[in-house]
Amino acid sequence: MQTPLFFLHRIVQCYAGRTVLNIDELAIARGEILAVVGPSGAGKSTLLRLLNFLESPTSGVIQFGGQPYGAAYPAPLTVRRQIATVFQRPALLTASVYDNVNYGLRLRGQSPQKKDKQNAVYQALTQVGLIDLAQQPARTLSGGEMQRAALARVLVLQPAVLLLDEPTANLDPHNVALIESIVTELNQRQGVTVVLVTHNVFQARRLAQRAALLLGGQIVEVADKETFFGDPRDPRTQAFIKGDMVY
Amino acid sequence: MNTGDIGYDLAALLEVILLSMQVSGIALLISALIGIPLGAVMGLTRFWGRRLLVVIVYTGMGLPPVVVGLFVYLMLSRSGPLGALNWPWLPALFTPAAMIVAQIIIATPLVAGFTMAAVMGVNPELRQQIEALGATPFQRTLTILTEARMGVIVAIVAGFGGIISEVGAVMLVGGNIDHKTRVLTTAIVLETRKGDFSLAIALGVVLLMLAFISNLFMMQLQGDLQ
Ligand SMILES: Nc1ncnc2c1ncn2[C@@H]1O[C@H](COP(=O)(O)OP(=O)(O)OP(=O)(O)O)[C@@H](O)[C@H]1O
Ligand SMILES: [Mg+2]
Repeated sequence: MQTPLFFLHRIVQCYAGRTVLNIDELAIARGEILAVVGPSGAGKSTLLRLLNFLESPTSGVIQFGGQPYGAAYPAPLTVRRQIATVFQRPALLTASVYDNVNYGLRLRGQSPQKKDKQNAVYQALTQVGLIDLAQQPARTLSGGEMQRAALARVLVLQPAVLLLDEPTANLDPHNVALIESIVTELNQRQGVTVVLVTHNVFQARRLAQRAALLLGGQIVEVADKETFFGDPRDPRTQAFIKGDMVY
Repeated sequence: MNTGDIGYDLAALLEVILLSMQVSGIALLISALIGIPLGAVMGLTRFWGRRLLVVIVYTGMGLPPVVVGLFVYLMLSRSGPLGALNWPWLPALFTPAAMIVAQIIIATPLVAGFTMAAVMGVNPELRQQIEALGATPFQRTLTILTEARMGVIVAIVAGFGGIISEVGAVMLVGGNIDHKTRVLTTAIVLETRKGDFSLAIALGVVLLMLAFISNLFMMQLQGDLQ
């Protein structure tokens, strides 16, 4: 692997003295889709918050594009703005769906003309199938619609890195397929690096080129898709992908 | 209404109403300019001395106006610590400016305290997601204040209520001088003392109307923003 986009070195994250994440080493390559699977409470969302530089780790260093960041030198805004997250529980602003999707652009001073029906905001809304709800207050959206709005509001930003935390948890099969095709296309056409957190082993297998198992804050195994799902080295990975793991 | 019947001419009444609105309006504006950012910072950031500041603000929310009046009186009086400095921009006692200073001290903690509670009530996950979308600390604060707008308006209403109706501070530092520092509340006190209860009641009704109309306006604002 050439210089990875992300390189985590001895990352430890503690909350109130409890170690929640303890990753000795993890590299994420530019342009790959890495799936992170693991049981509830394993630290998957915590890992994504660190990758988006929303929290500083208790100790350790995260290199992004070769630059090291840590507790003593947090990542600047210009770095954070290249990375976007679709959160597990999306929270939207008390505003219309359109304004929510436009929000990130507005922060960057790139808000398009609302009259232009072809603008980036309308395009993103069309992509996720929410164009008819553009003017609706965001608080009236259903769970699945909210999740798609949360995807649309990061798609407009054209991030280099997309972090997805259970992005299809609230969706019906049709919309799962829609989101999966959007993610695949972003990755293949625009080379967007994707970290996909999911409980769904089948989804991980469909989308990712590599997969990692996180257990109790530690990475048990990380391997390319064929090895991870076909011939995993660790018995805990075998148990997890067979669905034998008891939580 | 022919106010002449109750021994108070309309011009004098208007003068008193106008001064009340001016003093409390300016004091409220300045309190909002200080209190809203202060409340937002106290609610959204962690810094050294924050807890102490919160305790001070909470205490300030319950300050008896007359104590504030006494404090400002002592500070501004010629023999007081600030009066002795003879700074030209410092307001003199028994002027509207001195009354404004006292009312700022009363209203600012109210505005700051309620604003802090309002921004802290905004979903912490939303706060984090705003940051994740690339907001600068300033943009994030503005967005959270917008999310908390209902509470921020309540903060302003509380600040206004605290000063338009107070009498202790304006009486002490203003002195209830006719045509100069007489406001509605001090006029009510004066007329009551003189035994002119009907005029005192009329002035009280005017004061209530004023508060009612102001709050109606704020409610309108709340509705617009929703
Ligand atoms: N801010 C926090 N303060 C204290 N504990 C936290 C905090 N955030 C996470 N934790 C704890 O860290 C552990 C890992 O949480 P995390 O949300 O990363 O798990 P997860 O793998 O995403 O789980 P799930 O699949 O249920 O979403 C949990 O035990 C959680 O209680
Ligand atoms: Mg999670």
